[in-house]
Amino acid sequence: MILRAALIALLLALVLRPEVFTPLFAPFAPENGPVIYTRSSLLSLSLSHLGLVAAASLAATVVAVTLAILVTRPAGEAFRPLSRTITNVGQTFPPVAVLALAVPALGFGAGPTLVALFLYGLLPIFENAMTGLSTLPASTMEAARGIGLDRWQRLWRVELPLAMPVILGGFRLSVVIALGTATIGSTVAARTLGEVIIAGLLTSNTAFVLQGGLIVGLFAVLIHDALVQLEKYLARRSGRG
Amino acid sequence: MIEIDKITKLYGSTCAVDAVSLTAETGTITAIVGTSGSGKTTLLRMINRLVEPSSGEVRINGEPTHAVKPHLLRRRIGYAIQGHGLFPHHTVARNIGAVPELLGWPREKIAARVDELLELFGMEPAEFRERLPLELSGGQQQRVGVARALASRPDLLLMDEPFGALDPIIRTRAQEDLRAIQRKLGSTIMLVTHDMDEAIRLGDRIAVMDGGELVQYGPPEEIVAQPATSFVADMVGDAERPMRLLSLIPVSALLEPGTAEGAPLPAEATLREALSACLWTGREAIPVETEGTPAGRVTLAAIRARAERHA
Ligand SMILES: Nc1ncnc2c1ncn2[C@@H]1O[C@H](COP(=O)(O)OP(=O)(O)O)[C@@H](O)[C@H]1O
Ligand SMILES: [Mg+2]
Repeated sequence: MILRAALIALLLALVLRPEVFTPLFAPFAPENGPVIYTRSSLLSLSLSHLGLVAAASLAATVVAVTLAILVTRPAGEAFRPLSRTITNVGQTFPPVAVLALAVPALGFGAGPTLVALFLYGLLPIFENAMTGLSTLPASTMEAARGIGLDRWQRLWRVELPLAMPVILGGFRLSVVIALGTATIGSTVAARTLGEVIIAGLLTSNTAFVLQGGLIVGLFAVLIHDALVQLEKYLARRSGRG
Repeated sequence: MIEIDKITKLYGSTCAVDAVSLTAETGTITAIVGTSGSGKTTLLRMINRLVEPSSGEVRINGEPTHAVKPHLLRRRIGYAIQGHGLFPHHTVARNIGAVPELLGWPREKIAARVDELLELFGMEPAEFRERLPLELSGGQQQRVGVARALASRPDLLLMDEPFGALDPIIRTRAQEDLRAIQRKLGSTIMLVTHDMDEAIRLGDRIAVMDGGELVQYGPPEEIVAQPATSFVADMVGDAERPMRLLSLIPVSALLEPGTAEGAPLPAEATLREALSACLWTGREAIPVETEGTPAGRVTLAAIRARAERHA
């Protein structure tokens, strides 16, 4: 709890008052070079970074969960291997290649990054949603049909709520991957925290690299932790925890 | 009245249920008994169309079940299964109120019905209403499962080995409770079990299934005294037959005038209990009383004679 509060305070300070850390980063900056990244506000970069991750992850969740619902219905069972293959391919394609391919179609900026993050987000959510929806307690499902719930009612009232903690586990994995992957979006001019890291690499300024890396890392740790807490809460409330 | 009319289920070339016909009167318990794989579950699930019959039909109070959409039919038929099948993410109250909610009952009516059922099953509403199934004992979960099946006052209650997951002592209690509640509400119940004791204890009529066929259908006395096939005789168990028979007959049937030594039995006690009392306390006769006043006695000789009539 104390650790969590300390990490949040550290992250806020890094984003809002980066100059406070000048003495800390100074040893890593080149002689007489800038220590703290000031070319654009770290707050606006952070918000844009988080916004891209949120948009891509939500879109991936909608698509992956819908797909998982379809292939766990009796009629969709035949498509299970195919949809697995597709989402797996999405995962094995290198993110840089996705960016390179998407730029000609979508131009520079946020577009290609969103596509890459979306593709990377699909697999963990899909796999988890499929696991969650196909490992529901058999007697509960039997009773749900037996007392007269129709397909939709079973899906909305029983299957999705019971699978929710597992689906959320996939979402958490996706978000953490996306937080890291979004940094490379800066190579195609998307506004993300990767800008700080890349500026550092181009000018051999390790202080910038550390600064950007630390902020991305702290976001990942804190968001991961928050989602774990949410999962635990949901698992308790769904009577399975 | 439930009429099952030459109902059959084929899975490929195997016949899970083979042209079974039987009629169950309103307000009675029909126990469907048989070994594992004899088609009991399939027969039961064809009644609420969880399994569609290959041929034949079921009529509830004269109305064929295939005339109604399956999920609407099921809201009129209570369903309780082994392992209770409660919704783990819903409270006890929401579980019990599930079918009334589907039927669109007003909120207050559902709440009142939930409390009424909890009380009927001996569970203090204020204490249990808001609990999750996880926070109940096995016996309580099972009671909530049965309460859910009864909530909308269904025409018919289907139960598939509802007590199968309970340990023997709790199971006996649950059977007694079910019997008492069924008598009180006048429910019509079809109950599947592989346990002949349970069938004898609960059934007004017993249907014995063997390899998908209905081999005998009749009151428990008839099943025990005149098994139709050697399979039924095996199910009843030769060594157990006299005891089973005696457990079906009340002491009042052999009541004779006179007095006897020792602790009395109530007139509703069974001959099995009377025999047990004779053997255990070395008496030749046991005094019988109705509502606390002496009514006569039952003798060991009379019990023996009654048992021998069927030997
Ligand atoms: N969905 C199914 N597909 C194929 N065979 C089945 C299916 N359900 C039941 N059976 C077969 O039908 C027979 C009767 O099964 P069931 O009704 O479950 O018996 P019981 O409840 O008496 O144990 C068994 O041989 C079983 O293997
Ligand atoms: Mg069965």
